[in-house]
Amino acid sequence: MNLSDIQRIAEEENEFQRAYKYRINVCCSSGCIPFGAFKVLKAFEDAVKELGVENICKVARTGCVGTCSIGPAVLVDPGEYLYQCVTPENVREIVQGHIVSGVPVTKYLYNNSGYFRKQRRLVLRNAGKIDPTRVQDYISVGGYFALAKCLSTMTPQGVIQEITNSGLRGRGGAGFSVGQKWGLVARAHNTPKYIVANLDEGDPGIFANRTLAEADPHAIIEGMIIASYAIDAQKGYIYIRSEYPLAIEALQKAIAQAKSMNLLGDNILGTQHKFDLELRFGAGAFVAGEETAILMSVEGRRAQPRPRPPYPANQGLWGKPTLIQNVETLANVPLIILNGGTWFKGFGLPNCTGTKCFSLTGNINNPGLIEVPMGITLREIVYDIGGGIPSGKKFKAVLVGGPSGGCLPESVLDAQIDYDSLKRVGAIMGSGGIVVLNEDSCMVDTARYFTDFCIEESCGKCTPCRAGLARVKDIFDKIATGEGELNDVDILEKVSEYIINASLCGLGQTAPNPILTTLRYFREEYIEHIVDKKCRAGICFKKEHKGDE
Amino acid sequence: MAENSMITLKIDGVQVSVLEGTTILKAAKDNGILIPTLCDLEGLTPYGGCRLCLVEVTGSPKLFPACTTPANSGMEVTTNSERLKSYRKMTIQLLMAERVHMCAVCVANDHCELQALANQLGVNHVVLERHFTREPIDSSHDFLVIDRNRCILCLRCVRVCDKIEGVHTLDLKNRSKDTEVIMDLDESWGNSCSCTGCRKCAKVCPVGAIYIEGEAITQTKHRDVAEFITARRNNR
Amino acid sequence: MSTTNTVIADCNSSSSSKVRVATVWLSGCAGCHMSFLDQDERIVDLAKRIQVVYSPLVDVKEFPEDVEVTLIEGSVANEEQLEVLKDVRAKSRVLISLGDCAVTGNVTALRNSWENSDKEVLERAYKSSEDLQAAVPNMVPKLLIRAKPLHEVVKVDFYIPGCPPSADLINYVLTELLAGKTPNMEGKAKYG
Repeated sequence: MNLSDIQRIAEEENEFQRAYKYRINVCCSSGCIPFGAFKVLKAFEDAVKELGVENICKVARTGCVGTCSIGPAVLVDPGEYLYQCVTPENVREIVQGHIVSGVPVTKYLYNNSGYFRKQRRLVLRNAGKIDPTRVQDYISVGGYFALAKCLSTMTPQGVIQEITNSGLRGRGGAGFSVGQKWGLVARAHNTPKYIVANLDEGDPGIFANRTLAEADPHAIIEGMIIASYAIDAQKGYIYIRSEYPLAIEALQKAIAQAKSMNLLGDNILGTQHKFDLELRFGAGAFVAGEETAILMSVEGRRAQPRPRPPYPANQGLWGKPTLIQNVETLANVPLIILNGGTWFKGFGLPNCTGTKCFSLTGNINNPGLIEVPMGITLREIVYDIGGGIPSGKKFKAVLVGGPSGGCLPESVLDAQIDYDSLKRVGAIMGSGGIVVLNEDSCMVDTARYFTDFCIEESCGKCTPCRAGLARVKDIFDKIATGEGELNDVDILEKVSEYIINASLCGLGQTAPNPILTTLRYFREEYIEHIVDKKCRAGICFKKEHKGDE
Repeated sequence: MAENSMITLKIDGVQVSVLEGTTILKAAKDNGILIPTLCDLEGLTPYGGCRLCLVEVTGSPKLFPACTTPANSGMEVTTNSERLKSYRKMTIQLLMAERVHMCAVCVANDHCELQALANQLGVNHVVLERHFTREPIDSSHDFLVIDRNRCILCLRCVRVCDKIEGVHTLDLKNRSKDTEVIMDLDESWGNSCSCTGCRKCAKVCPVGAIYIEGEAITQTKHRDVAEFITARRNNR
Repeated sequence: MSTTNTVIADCNSSSSSKVRVATVWLSGCAGCHMSFLDQDERIVDLAKRIQVVYSPLVDVKEFPEDVEVTLIEGSVANEEQLEVLKDVRAKSRVLISLGDCAVTGNVTALRNSWENSDKEVLERAYKSSEDLQAAVPNMVPKLLIRAKPLHEVVKVDFYIPGCPPSADLINYVLTELLAGKTPNMEGKAKYG
């Protein structure tokens, strides 16, 4: 198998698909399956047969289109007509109208152009459009062309140079320059070298990486093979949570396909390059997504982070140089190789290029998986894409960056999405979670909720995170049961600052963010709780009043 | 890495020269600057968990644990700023508040590193609410006893059991505040089939969590055992 | 601490009056008071400058107003002590936690590990250890769920941990305060 084979497959597949006038893509991702996506898929297959249009209409099982609130979602091409909340009962009507008569059935269409207008789908370019279980689908849209280009026309240094030029930064949260990181691992003297793809998405309410793996597993694999060529690694691991069965299945299938097509293994595409890929499963610990904890877990040990230096680029898996990259980062790589770093720079901001996927949830009209160019404002995400707050309620805050992100108020909604400006307002990019809260939320309770999550997930290794967060919880318990004192706010601030600076890993270093941002933007709510024993959202003080006095 | 090459750095304004690869902690200690530690013990693999030995390095906003961070040429290290002092006090307070640390009724009274550090660093009270855990004491072993209510999770026992004795009887279960040292697959100590009864865990325990029944604490504590054995092994 | 110092300095300046000092005994074993007495001959010097206006060692029933320095031994374990402590705090300029029970809870707080320790500890003491007529006496003030160190209830100015606290340290703190200085506690205190 070599480049010409790939081109041949692509042509054959395209020809095969051109034979069909219509293509019905039924979203069968984790979001739509519970609403009966498989039944809908079956209904479409039956309906096209019954109505005798199977020769002009292809029914395909695809990944997520991104509109998780209207599942099962069905996309009909050409024209990208998106049908919402499709049931097996109205399938026949859709096929009859749209395919047989050629008139889209407007009453079932998703009527919301705003949701997609400000999005830029690079990473999710194929999500909802190709069948993730068929490698031919991926190849037909240009998949593995980037790999072939690298192996046939580019040197490893050239690949790294192109990635550096693109300005791509790690999407796992810290935002380290990807080209620079690859360079570090490539220059490390020790061998063998390893690649670990991070798909341990442990944050509550976040599903971007899962959706990507379910919808387009080959994009991740191609990115990894390209990276392996650039840094000369021969073995890679995808670390994925065992709670993601569908994503695991998709990746396992994709790896098997890639192996059978000589895209993985020895002499990839007829060259000297050799790379093998395995899945490793996490057991559901948030901290296992931390760079050094993931290494421990892949090695088969307790997922506890270790101090850096030494950095994984020099001493990672089994003490060998290791590249750890989030799967979203890796999925960007084939695009950059195919179109060039300069093209990629055209998206986003000069110092923060490209796009970012976010799981948009909470009190919002259009929850779902979105991908936006860097530099978009939070306001655009909440109001233009998200469609604002439902049931006429008022906006209260938006939590950006997962359980250790920041709670941001209306006044900073014009902050841009990029690593530095989010940091300035007290949030983080994190793994890409945006939770919108309406006026019914209590900010003290919100901070307390996310602190509880981080306490549960602390690995127990370092004192600040293990013992510090537990004491913070004591103070929240005091405040929420009406026993808080004004002094407690100062103690909260002091302990939070200590935890951020003294903790070993990213979990502890960011865990107090919800506390510090709620104290910064919603301090009056703390004071109300303590002084007036009042919770304006009516959430706190409901628990039994415990105490001695 | 070049062997035996010397590097020069500044610790608390003092110019010091050490072998490349030396940790900041060792570099400081060899030059008479003592940085408080709890989880670190010479002869054991550095752990970096207790966060007492955090130091400032000029040019970096982050703090570094001296026990795991190698000294670099040209580095400027501060070991005792006001911020570090207050963080160390906080660390001691958090450890004392986390489980039951009542010196007067502890077997290790006057031979406890946590107690000594609290005294030395001037932690004369704990602002945060103390927690009173109620873990059963495991005295099923012939002579070794573990009282997990006094454990500060420094993992010296786990490391000495693994690296020095080489049996790895001890390890951890659970996470967060529920993290606990266990024997084998969470057996009682008396039922542990791998424990050799070497007592090293009791010797290195900085507090009174692991002790030997019926033996005076002064006889038990030999915290230099790991250093001694490691040094002998390396000279062999 | 500045106001504290001024107050005591003022007292010193009016040579006619001695500094009014009190000691209070909450849930503790009286060992801290023994340590106070262990100042030995130094007490004679102290006595020239202080007047002990309230203490288990003197026969005064009511805690007086306007006390300059109060040393409190023991933790707060029952409702009566809670009231006493609040009252004492209100009437004292400088309040010192004396000994481990006052600073940490120490032995008296070991019961905190039990859930419902206020009931369980009485059962254990008065019922399960008795064979005949076992009953919890009804004149015992109601126990708090947790025995607490003083600073969890009121503001404390100085801490002298130790079980018992050292007589030297007690003497040091008192002489410094009498001299209008803030005692430097770093490295001097010792738990246990």
